[in-house]
Amino acid sequence: MGYEAVPGLVETVAGHGETTLVVDAARIVEACTHLRDEQGFNFLSDLTPTDYLGWGGRGVSGYIGTRAGRDLHAPGTQGLARVPVPKPKRFAVNYHLLRLADDPVRVRVQAWLDDGEEIDTVVPVWPTADWFEREAWDMFGIVFRGHPNLARILMEDDWEGHPLRKDYPIGGEPVRFSGEE
Amino acid sequence: MSVVESTTKIYEGSRIPSPIPTVLQVDPAKHALDDILTINFGPNHPSTHGVLRLVVDLDGEHVAGIAAVIGYLHTGFEKTMEQKTWWKCITYPERIDYVSFQVNELAFVLAIEKLLAIEVPQKATWMRMLLSELTRVHSHLVWLGTSALELGAISMFWYTFDDRDATLDLFEMVCGTRMHTRYFQAGGLAEDIPEGFFDQAREWCKKMPKAIDEYEAILDRNAIWLKRTKGIGLLSADDAIALGQSGPVLRASGVNWDLRKNMPYLAYDEVSFDVPVYPEGDVYARYKVHMNEMRESVRIVSQCLDRLAEMRGEPWIADDRKVVLPPRHELHTSMESLIHHFKIVTEGYVVPEGEVYSCVESPRGEFGVYVVSDGGPKPWRVKFRAPSFVALQATATCMTDAAIADMIAVVGSLDGVMGEVDR
Repeated sequence: MGYEAVPGLVETVAGHGETTLVVDAARIVEACTHLRDEQGFNFLSDLTPTDYLGWGGRGVSGYIGTRAGRDLHAPGTQGLARVPVPKPKRFAVNYHLLRLADDPVRVRVQAWLDDGEEIDTVVPVWPTADWFEREAWDMFGIVFRGHPNLARILMEDDWEGHPLRKDYPIGGEPVRFSGEE
Repeated sequence: MSVVESTTKIYEGSRIPSPIPTVLQVDPAKHALDDILTINFGPNHPSTHGVLRLVVDLDGEHVAGIAAVIGYLHTGFEKTMEQKTWWKCITYPERIDYVSFQVNELAFVLAIEKLLAIEVPQKATWMRMLLSELTRVHSHLVWLGTSALELGAISMFWYTFDDRDATLDLFEMVCGTRMHTRYFQAGGLAEDIPEGFFDQAREWCKKMPKAIDEYEAILDRNAIWLKRTKGIGLLSADDAIALGQSGPVLRASGVNWDLRKNMPYLAYDEVSFDVPVYPEGDVYARYKVHMNEMRESVRIVSQCLDRLAEMRGEPWIADDRKVVLPPRHELHTSMESLIHHFKIVTEGYVVPEGEVYSCVESPRGEFGVYVVSDGGPKPWRVKFRAPSFVALQATATCMTDAAIADMIAVVGSLDGVMGEVDR
């Protein structure tokens, strides 16, 4: 079955045996409702963002990677073999859908956001999105408009920052026993 | 048999609370009566399966409102894995859910293999299946022991942990450790199956069904057990799907869904087993699903043993020197092997750019791993779809019109492992 009728569809990407539907973030609820009602995706397996800050620039300490492959004239010992395909925006919100029926299919819906952009909640479409979206807010600071209870879920309520962002420092927790007092 | 039977009616309509699907809020009219007592369960209450906190509003003995508070075991697994090379990351998924360690490891290894597009020898596939089913039995035994313990059947705990020990002995024999084995590698298995394993595993297969019969004999005619589990914690098929439930919770609500049957991975389409489905949607049905799943797992284990016995001498790991460590003995004679060994151990192998979602039927339901690779030796992003995390979202729905004592049975039957919930 094709996905051409999905509202706000930007492109369909196939890779590693999986289908990804890139959808306009502003029309995510429309797209999800369509997929649930018209195409039978009644089950939301997973909802998770990815932070692509610094994508492609990480850890190239040796071979200088280019789109075509390694530049063998550049000195070094290790690093990325090639620079990955650049991403359109910083955050991708991924919805892993499943048609839980006699003809099961999985599909990934992907919406792109920049830092500070908001996206509509899909809790009315799949109630199971509640905690997933809270976790996404907690870990990435992505605001889901219209979420009934968008509070932190894994970190403490007064936690500062969003730990799974790429610019969140590792070891960022203040050390209490510093001996400097 | 179709996946969702239209005849299943556990209750009319939906009981998912609104507007927040995971919090049962006290009726404002009741609140005004000033009769509501708010109490705090946990995070260290012994019957919360770890560190789960429940804030419960009580009207007499009846639960008027409930909210689950999680995060006490959050240790940042996903962030940590972004800093480790792929092959070191394999040790992490099993520590997330410490009861179904081997299945979690499998999901992550399958994700790496999907990105690498590496061919796995059939011996490894069948051994993975065998160990997955052993893990399922192990996990269900722990579930049965602790859930029965919480409802007062202390003896069950000793019996089940005895058999759990026998199961872990098998793991020790194959992998050297009893839990958190790191036996699955990208490409196959870490080591060949030891010779003595087959006899001991067959012995286990003979013993287990009898043990399961005994457990059922203890519980199924126990008036207290029946009273405290039958008709408690109802969840309809539609609500279960809307709340993303999977595994035994979903099957106890009358949905005939098992990833091993409906979307087979490994070689599950080559073994014969049944998927237990119960339409009642209560705690008792979940217990029955667990019991029958253990029986089916033993069936699968013995079929795997038959097939593996024919595969003696076959390779157990793929022959791809860019990913798989070379055999130890080659390091003394081959320069290339030494280089490969050194490169894989220090730098890690490189996984092609891409994103995949791989999932398996863990003892708790659909355990999924979403990984993104930028083509380097470390994952860019790892996300676990933890079935326990999702199962706890159903607490409020299951607790509609329930009494405080039922809460213990309900939370136990949802089978949350807090390490997996909080990750």
